[in-house]
Amino acid sequence: MPAVTETLDTVAAVTEGGYKWGFSTDIEMDMAPKGLNEDIVRLISERKGEPEWLLAWRLKAFAAWLKMEEPDWAKIHHPPIDYQDLHYYAAPKKKPGPKSLDEVDPALLAMYEKLGIPLRERAILAGVEPGDVEAGEGERPPVAIDAVFDSVSVATTFRATLAKSGVIFCPISEAVHSHPELVKQYLGSVVPAGDNYFAALNSAVFSDGSFVFIPKGVRCPMELSTYFRINARNTGQFERTLIIVEDGGHVSYLEGCTAPQRDENQLHAAVVELVAMTDATIKYSTVQNWYPGDADGKGGIYNFVTKRGVCRGARSKISWTQVETGSAITWKYPSCILQGDDSVGEFYSVAVTTNRQQADTGTKMIHIGKRSKSTIVSKGISAGRSDNTYRGLVRIMKGADGARNFTQCDSLLIGDQCGAHTVPYIESRNPTAKTEHEATTSKIADDQLFYCRQRGLSQEDAVGLIVNGFCKDVLKELPMEFAVEAQKLLAVSLEGSVG
Amino acid sequence: MLEIKGLHAGIEDKEILRGIDLVVPTGEVHAIMGPNGSGKSTLSYVLSGREGYEVTGGSATFDGHELLEMEPEERAAAGVFLAFQYPVELPGVNNANFLRTALNAQRRARGDAELDAVQFLKMARAEIKRLSMADDMLKRNVNVGFSGGEKKRNEVLQMAILRPKLAILDETDSGLDIDALKIVADGVNALRGPAFSAVVITHYQRLLEHIVPDRVHVLANGRIIRSGGPELALELEAQGYAAVVAEAA
Repeated sequence: MPAVTETLDTVAAVTEGGYKWGFSTDIEMDMAPKGLNEDIVRLISERKGEPEWLLAWRLKAFAAWLKMEEPDWAKIHHPPIDYQDLHYYAAPKKKPGPKSLDEVDPALLAMYEKLGIPLRERAILAGVEPGDVEAGEGERPPVAIDAVFDSVSVATTFRATLAKSGVIFCPISEAVHSHPELVKQYLGSVVPAGDNYFAALNSAVFSDGSFVFIPKGVRCPMELSTYFRINARNTGQFERTLIIVEDGGHVSYLEGCTAPQRDENQLHAAVVELVAMTDATIKYSTVQNWYPGDADGKGGIYNFVTKRGVCRGARSKISWTQVETGSAITWKYPSCILQGDDSVGEFYSVAVTTNRQQADTGTKMIHIGKRSKSTIVSKGISAGRSDNTYRGLVRIMKGADGARNFTQCDSLLIGDQCGAHTVPYIESRNPTAKTEHEATTSKIADDQLFYCRQRGLSQEDAVGLIVNGFCKDVLKELPMEFAVEAQKLLAVSLEGSVG
Repeated sequence: MLEIKGLHAGIEDKEILRGIDLVVPTGEVHAIMGPNGSGKSTLSYVLSGREGYEVTGGSATFDGHELLEMEPEERAAAGVFLAFQYPVELPGVNNANFLRTALNAQRRARGDAELDAVQFLKMARAEIKRLSMADDMLKRNVNVGFSGGEKKRNEVLQMAILRPKLAILDETDSGLDIDALKIVADGVNALRGPAFSAVVITHYQRLLEHIVPDRVHVLANGRIIRSGGPELALELEAQGYAAVVAEAA
């Protein structure tokens, strides 16, 4: 049988069985009734004991959202989303703090275990151990974790250690109370409440997320990480992350996400705002592995996310790295506003789509500062009957003398029923600016597979090797441990799509 | 020992191999020569398990394995190595990683312990030195940006590292200058021994001056029409294929 036929047959044989994070956890939940109206917005704000100004901010966003329409320019198709058929708030019921692991809800522990969170961090997340144990010698460096379970942050580790160097890492719902001046100053300063349909929705109903503040001159002593998990049925997840790095500060932040396997589609509309002041660096890495739906396109997360960073000060740098393997639909354009002179924006992306997944993802680089520089490396891998679109904008403003952009978009096709599309927009209003755009499309060739197999590799290993080779320029941007995870994830996501 | 009996195979409806009988005893090197379109490359692909070729009759066994029933990677683990006429490029995959993954996959399949990165590099560097190849060979991406000669040399390096029991060289000499030809020949000769056999497919006698075969077979129209000692290659070179084919017909 010719390789192509076999490839397609194997693709057809892949089912949701391949998604190993698809379990759901039975935990007592506190849920808002279905539907979205002003009362629900008030209820969310009230549950979180928010100050008046924040409620007013939410209500304004909600009013704006009501007047907006869902955007339709992306190359994605889905039945209309019934925004009244969702729960907008779901939180695990609070119980008094456990004394030992034996007292922790075993369902919660089992979930952490399945998610591959190390035992000690599991105990910290469950609230048993104080979150500031110093790492022993020879142990892998600790990663501070904030776990967001449906609508609320359940725990944040290593806070005391971080606090010693002045770093604030906590749920945003808490920062509203502990650092109201910072939240008030920066919330919505990068992604305004009425920025777009999904950002407005998020602003009205966001429940939790992470807040990071790195003071002047501080290099955050460990990686910060947020783990997002949608668990409850018919629930939307609307997290909001805000990261502020003052002059000369540095932070590397990782986020991971999974969700149970459900037949219905679940909505995820997050907003991430980054602010980098003079000489500050923010490295933001994402491994997105929301449930992608089954082979027929049933179920899966609708992922409509607005991520944007502003390089406020001179020589500041924001680097986005994303590995997107999950979600039925991905609509996501992590962007940089390069305001400071000599500021740097980077976007490294691997987007994998299989079965019926649709991804429309890319970036926006807005050059305002002189000699601002941006690099875009996008690798799209399409298999099955999926559609994978790169959509990117490079805009050079009038004052951005000597701005530079380099864009590279590569697409890899597996099988002959998938699609890869590249939609670059380049707008230059400054004659001294330089932009470069390179694009390639290739297929995993039968002769590449045969060559690998003749040397002893299984078909699966061969695909893994070729795909990882294709993505190398992006994977090398990820923090070490994440890179290993991402490589495995790529292999698992594409399992059976050729072999 | 490789034993091919009455092998018929082709692509789609076109029969290319029309009954091949060939025995290559363990420890011997056999050359297969023949004009273009005689089925030489098809034979190497059928033996190594490339998809798209349909076997319509006959058998091929190697050391007791029914080759034609096995997946390509199983044949590789059993010790079958094909040096490609046109080696394939693998962008972003470096040679060292590729070879270690391949070697360990084979070792796993045979129940041997895998080599860690240090053990592998030590062994690979020794082979590179022995073959007088450049050190950066292992760091470069598999065949990407290699000249024709470098690609062929890389095939020989892979062979030296994977240590097959049966090597099939599909016109490995095509497009090589004399120096490269000698490196390729040295690579094969270094592996020669009582446990190694090779099938050397070539158009020209030239390679056989450096790899002296135990037997020479002439393939024409999908059949072996003549077999003989190394002197048969010289005869072909002197008279041309047409004369030998006409004589056999």
